[in-house]
Amino acid sequence: MKRVFVKEEWCLGCHLCEYNCAYANSGLSSMVKALQGKPIFPRIHVNGNDSVTFAVSCRHCTDPLCVKSCISGALHRENGVVCIDKNKCVGCLTCMLVCPYGALVQDETGTVTKCELCTKNSCGTPACVAGCPNNAIVFEERCEE
Amino acid sequence: MNNMYISPDYEVIRNMSRCITCRVCERQCANEVHSFDPDGNVMISDESKCVNCKRCVSLCPTHALKIVKNEDTLRENANWQDATIKEIYKQANSGGVLLSSMGNPKPLPVYWDKILINASQVTNPPIDPLREPMETRVFLGKKPDHIERDENGKIKTDLAPQLELSVPIMFSAMSYGSISYNAHKSLATAAKELGIYYNTGEGGLHEDFYVYGENTIVQVASGRFGVHEDYLNAGAAIEIKMGQGAKPGIGGHLPGAKIVGDVSKTRMIPEGSDAISPAPHHDIYSIEDLRQLVFSLKEASQYKKPVIVKVAAVHNIAAIASGIARSGADIIAIDGFRGGTGAAPTRIRDNVGIPIELALASVDQRLREEGIRNNVSLVVGGSIRSAADVVKAIALGADACYIATAAVLALGCHLCRTCQTGKCNWGIATQRPELVKRLNPEIGSQRLVNLITAWKHEIKELMGGMGINSIEALRGNRLMLRGVGLTGKELEILGISHAGE
Repeated sequence: MKRVFVKEEWCLGCHLCEYNCAYANSGLSSMVKALQGKPIFPRIHVNGNDSVTFAVSCRHCTDPLCVKSCISGALHRENGVVCIDKNKCVGCLTCMLVCPYGALVQDETGTVTKCELCTKNSCGTPACVAGCPNNAIVFEERCEE
Repeated sequence: MNNMYISPDYEVIRNMSRCITCRVCERQCANEVHSFDPDGNVMISDESKCVNCKRCVSLCPTHALKIVKNEDTLRENANWQDATIKEIYKQANSGGVLLSSMGNPKPLPVYWDKILINASQVTNPPIDPLREPMETRVFLGKKPDHIERDENGKIKTDLAPQLELSVPIMFSAMSYGSISYNAHKSLATAAKELGIYYNTGEGGLHEDFYVYGENTIVQVASGRFGVHEDYLNAGAAIEIKMGQGAKPGIGGHLPGAKIVGDVSKTRMIPEGSDAISPAPHHDIYSIEDLRQLVFSLKEASQYKKPVIVKVAAVHNIAAIASGIARSGADIIAIDGFRGGTGAAPTRIRDNVGIPIELALASVDQRLREEGIRNNVSLVVGGSIRSAADVVKAIALGADACYIATAAVLALGCHLCRTCQTGKCNWGIATQRPELVKRLNPEIGSQRLVNLITAWKHEIKELMGGMGINSIEALRGNRLMLRGVGLTGKELEILGISHAGE
């Protein structure tokens, strides 16, 4: 399965992936309309310090702890992609506690939101990858760990 | 003493109806133009620091930014123009020599734009490069004047060492130090993929790039930085840099701030020390001296590699080239006055040297008249901007062209001409690690390969139109060129007829 991988060597820490993610999942036709003057809840986050930066998003583990720990059955796997049914999420945040990568976040509705590889929005392929100016985020097949 | 306030050259225009305060502009500007004002929750800018490199404009996800010329103006004066007056203020403030980067931007004549190319009609059919083979391969080096036979009557086939190019274009010298590791890696990998050459410049060859040796020209300049036996044998050819089009008559000066880590190791000089190349080679005061260096380098490389002598195009270039052609050099590279640089005194860059078009025509003519054209190949550089410039240069008599400004443009350069500050936002002319990483060599080399591939297609189209199917048949074929709007003298030097003749 193709997943999103990050090459920190080329990450500039520009945070464009966060904005492209928030826009891609807004369902709106313009980035300005989607993001201007609002707090954003991207599903990818740039971490790091002054010398190293890298973007973190869901690893889509083959045996995901978040799915195992979800008390309401909101988190589940669809063709290998870890997805969330926001109607079922009760906002207990257990998944955020157990995720070893810190890939899940709570959005403005109080429920959890996470990367679904842009399979549920109009992009089709990850917007963070398409918008990265330095090819620091890639979408590719790698050996299953 | 108070410095006089000089109004900024540019104005940053932010379309507030589009700005989403994502702060990408702030994070990407090494000149610190943009900042976020938390009180007003808005982005603000200090345009006095803007160099108009367009990094923020390119990365702004909502295209909210544009950089425009500052309209704040002095009283109009055709003689004392704004830029001239500001330079006076700067010098009165600082007492220093003005520095600039990249090529001469002055509105001096560009002869390429006054030369037009022929095409076949009716009596001599054009060739369709998509359907018929076209040869763009060239060999650079000394060519035999006549056929020689051995005692059995067999033709002797041992030639002087040659460089084989898939297309008559090479990346010209840019040193590691003046440009970044990633810029060098992009050039090296692209040259290898394209079957052409890149040039180390005078800063030595980083140990990681010895693997690209077959596509590398190693340079020996007056400072001799990074020159040792392995280096001389690492490349496919050795270039002696006598001069550079952007600054004829002076040597390079890489500030100590850029001599860090691997740059210092590669140049074989201490960290933080300025790398100052002397104006002359202190062992070269005549063609005979040059000949000694040419043969020293050939000796050091077992006569297996062609030696290039690079000179700036200056007033007596034809006589100088004639001397070089007799010095034992295999290739002469001539750099015109529009050639780029990572830093040069402004007055020298803008006022010294001559146009490459005129230099090339007069050198080719002179070498032919003296019967020594086959002694050397001619490579020209100094603002070759397109495939059409390449075709015109070849028809004027060049064997190949050197490009560097076009190459760095492909890597992302926006010609802001402030390389000398070392704060290149595109990761090219800088050694700051956080800026160097902005140039991913995977992307950079692909863009270079795309550029040269595109030019190769265009060269074939232009040749096909003339009914020529090989670069060899175009070289020195000045009948394929006509001038427009040129004086009789200019046409005479270029050796071409006026359009309509």
